[in-house]
Amino acid sequence: MTHRQVDVPVIARVEGEGALHITAKDGEILDLRLEIYEPPRYFEAFLQGRHFSEVPDIVPRICGICPVAYQMSAVHGLEELFGVQVSEGTHDLRRLLYCGEWIESHILHIFLLAVPDFLGMHSAIEMAKDHPELVKKVLDIKRIGNDIMEVVGGREIHPVSPRVGGFSRAARKRELDPLLPRLEWALEQMPGIADFVASLPSPSLPRDVELVSMVHPSEFPMNEGSMASTRGKRWEFSEYEAVTQELHVEHSNALHSLMTDTQTPYHTGPLARVNLNADLLTPVAKDCMARAGLTIPEGDPFFSMAARIAESTLAIEEAIRIIRGYVPPEPSMAEVVPRAGRAMWVTEAPRGSLYHRYDVAEDGTILEAKIVPPTSQNLRHMEEDLRMFLPGVLDRPDEELTRLCEMVVRNYDPCISCATHFLSLDLQRV
Amino acid sequence: MSENGKPRVAVFKMASCDGCQLQLLDAEEALLELAGEIEIVNFAEASSDMRPPPYDVTFVEGSVSTPEQVDQIKEIREGSKVLITIGACATSGGVQALRNATGRHEEFIRTVYPTPEFIDSLENSHPIADYVPVDLELSGCPIDRGELLTAITALLQGAMPRISTSPVCVECKRRGYVCVVVAKGEPCLGPVTRTGCGALCPGFGRGCYGCFGPAQPSNNTEALGKRFIELGLTPQATSDKFRFITGWAPQFREAANAFGDGHGEEEEEVRTS
Repeated sequence: MTHRQVDVPVIARVEGEGALHITAKDGEILDLRLEIYEPPRYFEAFLQGRHFSEVPDIVPRICGICPVAYQMSAVHGLEELFGVQVSEGTHDLRRLLYCGEWIESHILHIFLLAVPDFLGMHSAIEMAKDHPELVKKVLDIKRIGNDIMEVVGGREIHPVSPRVGGFSRAARKRELDPLLPRLEWALEQMPGIADFVASLPSPSLPRDVELVSMVHPSEFPMNEGSMASTRGKRWEFSEYEAVTQELHVEHSNALHSLMTDTQTPYHTGPLARVNLNADLLTPVAKDCMARAGLTIPEGDPFFSMAARIAESTLAIEEAIRIIRGYVPPEPSMAEVVPRAGRAMWVTEAPRGSLYHRYDVAEDGTILEAKIVPPTSQNLRHMEEDLRMFLPGVLDRPDEELTRLCEMVVRNYDPCISCATHFLSLDLQRV
Repeated sequence: MSENGKPRVAVFKMASCDGCQLQLLDAEEALLELAGEIEIVNFAEASSDMRPPPYDVTFVEGSVSTPEQVDQIKEIREGSKVLITIGACATSGGVQALRNATGRHEEFIRTVYPTPEFIDSLENSHPIADYVPVDLELSGCPIDRGELLTAITALLQGAMPRISTSPVCVECKRRGYVCVVVAKGEPCLGPVTRTGCGALCPGFGRGCYGCFGPAQPSNNTEALGKRFIELGLTPQATSDKFRFITGWAPQFREAANAFGDGHGEEEEEVRTS
């Protein structure tokens, strides 16, 4: 009889802090807990009593990796409540800013956080010794994403220009134009990068899943649209809290999410988006997705990396299109007059759908806030993946097992800062 | 030093958004070059190879906000020759310090978590220096990459880095930006906030909101608050301007208390006594 306990006390290369505790006996999982010990920071509580105009400066502080996502869900929701119509130029500039964040976050995740595992290495710095040209190339591409955020938002971490109503100052055409040749170069690199990702030996976890993301009639969803799942459900942002449900479990400072009707977990993120919006991918993105080995439909979470390749490519193509046709919005800010009511919006953060709700008083004071980040929505699904994946690999040595568990978790590019925020493995073979 | 004579560098985080350590990852090429000069021996966000102390230089992001973190920061201090705190959370408690001195910590937990008894957190969010001696503080939300690289370079030369403490206003004048208070009547914390961002917000047509904390020496928050009231802000809105991203920094806390509704009265008493 073999008893085994695995503890990963700090899961490395994820955004934030967590641990994994597993107890196994005779190849059966007795206990499995994905523990989130990133300390709580109470954003929803201290947003109460603040003025609506301060929200785009407060909520990005939830996550340094996807600050734009937090700003976008907030500004769109509040604008809809206040009846503010923003200009086409503002729409374009916001999408461009989001493209910057997708490029930066996806490339950071693929190469600095995920790929070292597939090569049996500890970090990208170690990877740079064996693959110097590749590492330089991907860092250059990532930098383009960062630079888009800097030009549009003022800085890449916690941008300052996005406001309810538009931008405090709109980027000038001449500030954006120098990005074009660099983006065109990056686009040329993507098929080769997709081939590299396809060459990595990957585990698999074929499973029946419910994938959830935004959908949009005409553009790959980022800022606007409605919700859909691969099981045929459709809902509006205003129905989010009815269709999904949050659950508080003892071992986690992050809440878990379920579909209310079936009480089962779901998966949001790049894999969900490309499954539900495959026809809206741009031409080179489609080609790169195929090269990376992903054909839709696909629910195996190990294809998330291929989905991120497709989306990074899409973001590059979209950024090129937007910059070429860019006309700065004039004025850069629409007039905003607050009104009382409830604001509810979703945008697509790099790691999945991000829901915000604000109850606002007549004078624009926030009375109540609710934020449901993608990582907390995915936590229960990650635990389920681990339960399915582990029995097949329990005989592996501790170090390899730890690495495999981390890979399962990292498929979701979890941002534990967001979900309070990640992984240390504790496997007990008892 | 490592066996190869390179300084051993560690990076840790407490309660934070990861943004400041991301500035280190975002330094990309500089980071690869630095990788030749230093040995990063513990940086969980970047590498699964996490080695124990001693460390020559340790960077800590985030605020102390749970009982475990109090023990953790003491262990980190013991294992580190030079301890540098990075970012608004580590140097002033961060935006999450908005819970401090509200007397509403229990209520805050109940607002966010359905089962409050699962949560273990301190009443206040604290800067690192509240618990252990700190050798250098780099403020900012996030820290400025240039300042971070300047600090690392100076340390490699064996010198303690010198970081500018002058206000954002000085940087605006240097860059020839139009003053947003004068031209637009927009409240701006630039006169009392340390620069480091390069006067980013005024450059983007809006008022500074204090990411880098108070400038040194501490200057006239009282006069600035009065100016905000002249511009039409209520005393509470004026207080909220100071009580924001770095609102728990002592100078901003005092200003927030002076104009506000008495949140943090205990601190008021400490100040006047």
